[in-house]
Amino acid sequence: MNHAATRLLVPEPAEIVEKRSFGPHIHSYRLRLRDPTARERFDFVPGQFNMVYVPGVGEVAISISSDPWENDLEHTIRIVGRTTEVIDRLEVGDVLGLRGPYGNGWPLHPTRWKDVLVITGGLGCAPVTGAVNYMVRRRASYGRITVLHGVKRAEDLTHQERFEAWRRQPDVRVLLASDRPERHWRDHVGVVTELFEEIEVDPERTVVFMCGPEVMLRHGLRFAHQQGIPGARVFLSLERNMKCAVGLCGRCQLGPLFLCKDGPIFCSTDLAPFFGVHGV
Amino acid sequence: MPEEATARWLQREDLPRLLDGLRERGYRVLGPVLRDGALVLDEVRSVSDLPAGWRDVQQPAHYRLEQSGGARLFDVVNGPTSPKSLVFAPREPLLQIAFGDGELDARPTIPEPQRIAVLGVRACDLAALAMQDRIFLEDRYPDPYYAARRSGLLLIGVSCTRSVSTCFCTSMGTGPEVTAGHDLALTELEDGFVVRAGTPAGQEILQELPTAAVDPRAFAEERRALEECARGIERRLEPQDPRELLYANLEHPRWDDVAERCLSCGNCTMVCPTCFCHDQRDEPSLDGRHSLRVREWDSCFNRDHGQIRGYNFRPGIRDRYRQWLVHKLASWIDQFGSSGCVGCGRCITWCPVGIDLTEELAAIRGGPDSGGGA
Repeated sequence: MNHAATRLLVPEPAEIVEKRSFGPHIHSYRLRLRDPTARERFDFVPGQFNMVYVPGVGEVAISISSDPWENDLEHTIRIVGRTTEVIDRLEVGDVLGLRGPYGNGWPLHPTRWKDVLVITGGLGCAPVTGAVNYMVRRRASYGRITVLHGVKRAEDLTHQERFEAWRRQPDVRVLLASDRPERHWRDHVGVVTELFEEIEVDPERTVVFMCGPEVMLRHGLRFAHQQGIPGARVFLSLERNMKCAVGLCGRCQLGPLFLCKDGPIFCSTDLAPFFGVHGV
Repeated sequence: MPEEATARWLQREDLPRLLDGLRERGYRVLGPVLRDGALVLDEVRSVSDLPAGWRDVQQPAHYRLEQSGGARLFDVVNGPTSPKSLVFAPREPLLQIAFGDGELDARPTIPEPQRIAVLGVRACDLAALAMQDRIFLEDRYPDPYYAARRSGLLLIGVSCTRSVSTCFCTSMGTGPEVTAGHDLALTELEDGFVVRAGTPAGQEILQELPTAAVDPRAFAEERRALEECARGIERRLEPQDPRELLYANLEHPRWDDVAERCLSCGNCTMVCPTCFCHDQRDEPSLDGRHSLRVREWDSCFNRDHGQIRGYNFRPGIRDRYRQWLVHKLASWIDQFGSSGCVGCGRCITWCPVGIDLTEELAAIRGGPDSGGGA
């Protein structure tokens, strides 16, 4: 058997070394690949995803929210379906399978020296977390960084300490919004798109990274357009049903694009005329 | 033509020698066999298994076999099955997985290559196989399961001297003559076959057959038969590259119109020789320690295809028919360099309500007012 040919088809065992819960339906797992050589081979960039396998149950496509230079891999998972309901019950010491990484990543190199506007909603922040960390660690290589993040409920805000840490960095603005805040919520009450009114962008030097519900992405696209940011500098991470992650099962198509192998991150100009058409 | 130097004549009564030669080389021989009122791809033990003196009548939502009385073996053009199932199996295990007590061990179940000779592959289906190769072998992630199955295949094509009303290979540039993708190609004439080799493996087999030089009259008869067959194909799919047309008409009223007729049954995708969508799922054993990862043909007409958590990207039949047609005829070209349709016409014949993709495309091409009815 040719190892290279099957490597991306076979889940590698990974042990849960940490579990953090954010409210009753969202957990963040840190996973350690059992085989040290598998970790060495596992080279990823922020924005890529894994197929996370629950033994005997099934696989789900989940973005990697940890930083590439950390040993452990982090996946933040919302409990919403048959497979994730089993993930819900897993604890430290339990073993999952990982195959990946799949897909492309955020264009972090070509966006150096630019202002970066990040717009995320719900768990849509997970695929961008690694990208923001990457930029913050290379603070001098990027211009102004603005992070707009919206959640439905305050309890959906995961890893709040990351947003706080980014906030403390020079020339980084972090604006949070919650639809249904609790008493301790100190940020905006409402939807993330309302935060557009509170920021200033320089269309000449701004790049936009977005991830979240499609309705939020459509608003974000309109905002970028209104601000005069060229579509070629607006990037979106998209989501679809996926089974194989290697461009064969056919489920993740958007027009000619396979989200798994052509994306999941796309330049907005590559999505016409399909993105936003109902039922495509 | 340079190939004519290598073409040989095989009398019909000598066809058993071809089957013998294939078996001597260790090939299992599959070919066109009649079963349950249709042509299927199945075991050919002797020439008597082939449908001598039968032909098919096909129309939208209509498939009948009738006796022609002649001696010809390859007058039934096609049936619902295609060689696709030999390389992209309708259902196959991918991984054998053992787990429990903190362990997880997944092993690929890549099949052992089997030598299978397929007799009577039509030009459209050879084009479809080339497309499957493009998808499963020549993309970023070559599929080792497909590769194993494909490696043992020997393809014996038959050029069509007969067509049915649902055929439109001439529009797609794939037929009726076998010109590529074959190891051996036959053209059936009244008393025998013109045989040509397409590969060294085919040439080797051809050399051992009791063949003769081809009589110039046989060449002329062959040419006439192929041209007549091509001329007889009236169904057209136009344009062959409808990307611009379809991408500009994602909201055309015809999609609503076809959704009124389409049952979303997925038959078209099951008989299509190029459709590759599939499901992948675990089938756990009752001991709770083992699981089989299986892949199985799926269809973009199934509701589940676009389902994610609580949301369906293609909730309506309109959305799913549009996905199928736009993918098959247009976005496929962006993805793989040529159309996903080879013009075999199966989706028209086997659609229970007779939806004809060439008609749907024509309606969209006709303009925005053509959505009023079938």
